[in-house]
Amino acid sequence: MEVDSYRFLPRSFRPLYEGRGAFAGESEPVWAPFAKRLADSRIALLTSAGIHLKAGQPAFDLDGERARPEWGDPTWRVIAASTEPDAIGVAHLHINEDDLLADPEIALPMRGLDQLVSEGLVGSAVGEHLAVMGYQDRGLDDWRRTTAPAILEHLRAQEADGLVLAPA
Amino acid sequence: MPTVVVTMMPSVAEERRAPRIVGVEFPFGHAFGMPHDRAMQRGVLELALRLLAGASAFGTRVDFDLEWPVPLREAYRAWQPKEPSPIVKKFIEARRAERH
Repeated sequence: MEVDSYRFLPRSFRPLYEGRGAFAGESEPVWAPFAKRLADSRIALLTSAGIHLKAGQPAFDLDGERARPEWGDPTWRVIAASTEPDAIGVAHLHINEDDLLADPEIALPMRGLDQLVSEGLVGSAVGEHLAVMGYQDRGLDDWRRTTAPAILEHLRAQEADGLVLAPA
Repeated sequence: MPTVVVTMMPSVAEERRAPRIVGVEFPFGHAFGMPHDRAMQRGVLELALRLLAGASAFGTRVDFDLEWPVPLREAYRAWQPKEPSPIVKKFIEARRAERH
């Protein structure tokens, strides 16, 4: 079967996404080969569901977005792989958070990844997974300049061999 | 850094030139499936990891062959925020102002 990319999207939003092609200057393929066997690799997860730790981390800046609706908080959060589900909060004004709070695995499957590690399918998981809030300004300037390089540096420090990206 | 993207909008990921794509026909906010459905979540994650490690060429896309087990109208309503986001509110207000 082929997934219908617009099945759950309000009809009026479709032209905002469809037929727009690549971002300016990003039409050439970028390919990082996956060199190792999965069973020898360390894997990281990244969600854009606006997940953060309720204690010790600020939530994503929703008041800033309310004040400037075209803007979205471009910062990122580290979520320790050992984090318990009830320590997780959600700050995202574009999705309903109820299912995410009930079971964060639907966006950031840290327990699921640990299970695959324990079965030997995957070598290991990083100690610190990543969370961002997916509503961003259309230019993505902060992302290109600051967020993406910082995330990449973090992943290298964690010795990640590959990253599973999960837009919310 | 090798990446795979798990997305409800795989055709958009193709347009934006993502290197490896897993498509899921799931409501927004639910990339890996239903809450507490470990088998469904595992299926998506395992597919993503196998594609991450095994795809041989740029632009490889595999769609996860599973229908969302909630009727469309109910699922469509359930994923949406409890109140419109600021940008949607702004559009609604602009449209209203045009009418008056």
